[in-house]
Order: sequence, then C-alpha cells, then structure tokens
Amino acid sequence: MSRRRLAAAVAGVWLVAGSVALAAPLPFPVTEVASGIFVRQGVHQDATAENDDAIANIGFIVGLDAVAVVDPGGSLDDGERLRATVQAKTDRPIRYVVMTHAHPDHIFGGIAFMADHPVFVGHARLAGVLIDRGEYYRKRLVDLLGRDRAGDYEMPTLLVTDTAALDLGGRVLELQAHGAAHTDNDLTILDRQTGTLWAADLLFVDRVPAIDGSLAGWLKELAALKALPATRAVPGHGPPVVPWPAGAADEERYLTVLATEIRALLAKGGDIETAVEQVGLGERGKWQLFDEYNGRNVTAAFKELEWD
Amino acid sequence: MRRILLIAVLMLGSAGAARAEESDADRQARWQDLRHAVFGDRTVEDGRGIITLEAPPRALDAALVPITIDLPGPAKVTAVYLMIDENPSPLAGTFHFGPAADTRELRTRVRVDAYTLMHAVAETEDGRLFGAEKFVKAAGGCSAPSTKDQKLALERLGQMRLKPVGEASAAKGDDAVQLLISHPNFNGMQMDQLTRNYTPARFIQDVKVTRGDALVFDLEADISLSEDPAITFGVADKASAPITVEVHDSANATFKQSFDLPKRGT
Repeated sequence: MSRRRLAAAVAGVWLVAGSVALAAPLPFPVTEVASGIFVRQGVHQDATAENDDAIANIGFIVGLDAVAVVDPGGSLDDGERLRATVQAKTDRPIRYVVMTHAHPDHIFGGIAFMADHPVFVGHARLAGVLIDRGEYYRKRLVDLLGRDRAGDYEMPTLLVTDTAALDLGGRVLELQAHGAAHTDNDLTILDRQTGTLWAADLLFVDRVPAIDGSLAGWLKELAALKALPATRAVPGHGPPVVPWPAGAADEERYLTVLATEIRALLAKGGDIETAVEQVGLGERGKWQLFDEYNGRNVTAAFKELEWD
Repeated sequence: MRRILLIAVLMLGSAGAARAEESDADRQARWQDLRHAVFGDRTVEDGRGIITLEAPPRALDAALVPITIDLPGPAKVTAVYLMIDENPSPLAGTFHFGPAADTRELRTRVRVDAYTLMHAVAETEDGRLFGAEKFVKAAGGCSAPSTKDQKLALERLGQMRLKPVGEASAAKGDDAVQLLISHPNFNGMQMDQLTRNYTPARFIQDVKVTRGDALVFDLEADISLSEDPAITFGVADKASAPITVEVHDSANATFKQSFDLPKRGT
C-alpha cells in the first residue's frame, strides 16, 4: 500500500469512526429479490455530488454463516450505508466483498468494509485494470465528490480466472469470470438454490448499456448467461430484479442493432463520423441516458468491428 | 522529452479547472505563440475557400476525436499542418504530399487533452500558408487509460488495413482509402499506479505512403494521434500500382506493407 493509499485508508477509518460518533450511516431501502438476496436500486444518472455516485445496483447475499457483499458501492457514503444496511438485516459477518468489475460506481465504497477484513473478490484481470485505471477513476471521482467523500476501492485478494465458489454456509455462490463484454473484467454470480443470477453490468435494463469491453464479446457472454438455470436476474442498472432470460431481451436487441448497423456501414466504406450520426437511432426513446452513451458506444464498437 | 511531458502534465493538472474558463483572447494568444513557433514570421492567411477543418464541437471520446480536413482546390497544396493548441505537444502531424496524392480530403483521429482550438494550415506550392480553425470541447484524451486489451494490442502491433471508403471522388477516377494501423501509440502520459511511473511513450513518428514509385504523402506524427491511428486520404488513380505503407515508431521499429487497391465499381 502506497503512502497515499495508506493515508486515504487512515482518513477513511477516521471518517467511519467520526461519523459513528456524530451520526451513524443510515441504512437505505433494499429489496429482497429472493430469499436472503438484497438489492438497492441505483438511480439512472451519472455520478454527481448530489447522488454520491449511488447509481449502480448493489447489495448483499446472506448465508447461514456469513455475508457476501456484491459491489461495495460507488463512494464512501454509498459503501457505509450499504454496510449499515447489512448490519440492520443480519448479525452474520461480512466475509466477502465481490467486485463485479472495475467501474467506480461499483467499487469506490470498498474502503467502508475494511474493518470487516473481508476477502475482496474480483476477476483475474481486475487487479491489472485497477493498476492501469484506478488513479484515473479516483481523480475523476474526487473532482466530483471531493477527497473526503469519494471513498476508495480495495485491491482484490481473491482472483477468479474461470470459476470460483464462495461458501456462505448452506449456500454456495458460483462465480464466473467472463471474456471481454461490458468491460474486460466482468464477474457474475449464480445462486443455484434460488435460481438467481447476479448479472451486474452484463445486464442493463432501462438505462442504456455502456460498452467498455467488446460488443461482439458481450453478445456472446449474454447468450451463455441466458442458458444458465436461473429464473431471475439482478441487473447492474435497472430494477432490482427481472425475470430471466426474458429480462435480457432489450439489451440483446440494442447490442444487436449496433453490431448489425455498424457492420452494414463498414461494408459500404462508411466512416466513424457517419456511424456516430446514424447508428442505433431507432433505439432512442427506449433507453434512459441514450444521448449520453449511444455515441460513445458506437465509437467503441466501430473501433472494434473495423478490425474484423 | 520525458521531463517536458511531465511538466506539461503537471501544468495541465493545476490549470485544469481554469482551462474551460479560458478567454478567447487567451486562446488566440496561445495560437499566435504556436504559430510563431511552427512558422516563424510567415503569415498564416485566412483559409476560407482553400481549407476547412471539421471536428465534433463536443467530443464523445477525448482519446478518439475524428477530424476532417477539406481542401477543395484548385490551389495546389503541398503540405498540411494539424495543430491541437492546448495539447502538451500541439503539432499533432504534418502531411507532406507527393505527386500521387489527391489532396482534396484528409481524415484522422486525435487525442484532445483540454478544451482547445484546433488549427489546420495548408501550405500551397507558391509557399503561402492558409489556416482553418475549430473549437473543440473535450478533455482528458491524453492521460485517459489506453487500450483495454494489451495482449491483443501487442499481437496486432504494426498490422495494417487499407480499404476504399466513401464515394466522393470515385466518379472522377480517384480513390479515397482508409489506412488503419494497429499501434497503441503510447504517449507517455498514462500512469502506472503501483510504480508511479508513466507507461513509456511509444508512438508512431512517421507514416510514408507511396503508390508505385510516387509519393502519396509522408506524415510526421506525434503523440496526439489516437491509438490504432486511422488516416483517410485520396490517391490519384494514375496507375494500378500497389500502395506501400511504411511506418516508423519511436521504439525504432519499422512496419511495412503493400496493398493492391481494388478497382472501384468494377
């Protein structure tokens, strides 16, 4: 741990202690989407000082012996409130904090869980991505929230290369590391006993998907996820729970439209500017934040598919 | 070079907030400094009718900002200078055209570090300079984390694609083609958080395109080209000779490839 991170950690602990003394973090409302699986729905906004980067769906899964937090939240406050919510629901210890991928809205609450000494779990590529991008994400979030409120992520201590199992007592979570899709470090969780897939950001509902990995890869991973023995899924953005695999339909349609239209344009010798102006426009009105992300998605997908 | 870049990064960091508020007068003063540094006392004339520069007013991805330079003619253009005023190394590229060029249109993709004026300056065969200007809102494109898949980037390093694009000049028998070069174009400004070092710069310095024995263009490039640089240009269709591309990067690697250009519309 660098001196700066140590300082941030000390500050974080001090803040936790300080805020306990002054005003304990308030639990937030969660939905129990299946027995022992709790989800807090994020708002469909980009991170701002007002929303504390509490924009992703985050939550926790409770076993007989222990709790797994799934995505520790988007900021210090988001993480602290999630931790307070866990403590309000169960007295089981937090043994695992799963980070489904490297995006800041999912992991910057990680520092709020240090006192629990959990195992921080991530995709095998997560550590490398955080080395490359962590400082950049931190700077952007600090610019928005200020250093005291931005929080910080923890480096993963359990890396998942392919699959892994987390035993919570009477409940074994099956983790799967994916090829490049939403990002290149996506992790999903299957709770076989309730038939629940925690799809995280491999599944966007209502909010337009954001491509930071591979469009073709995402469609491939989505097809595999649809075949899993799950009847419900937890999206990374959207309602706390959707029926599965029916809940994948909108996202699959959007991604397919992008791939089809970009490939058609490439075949005609079209350029990236034309792609940004034209591709995916039939989807406008079907998604929140469409105008903020569609052009970026098209740019990323065009850059990927032009090398096919 | 490294030290200069670092200083530039530090300056950008501290001035970042102020930059968006920079006045038009400040921007014009910066452009005059830059103009003087590149062209000395030569006059850059208003380029209306000779050169236009198009770029999105607000970039979707600051590390990949597509720009288009139009040179409608008839003035014979021998070189084009592309400048991104606020970038740490503002002269992004200089295209020197040869006899096999059709200079009417030029496209590429660049990184933009802060809200900036961009300039494209055409040099005509009589030695005059004509400028076009565009303001672009984008930030962070130089220090943005680079390619997601380093392994793929290394496997593909130096690979090239050349393909016909657009329809504008087909009728006149000229070819517009797009060159794609797989190269991370590391600019030395992406930080490794553990070591606190910057990923060493490794970027394309020179792209030379010839058709048969005739030069199409020779591009002197710098760190502002996007990763996997893309250049769309015209070639005069005087012969069916293959197009050869030779790329030289700052790690002293050379990549060379020849392409037979498919005849259009046949």
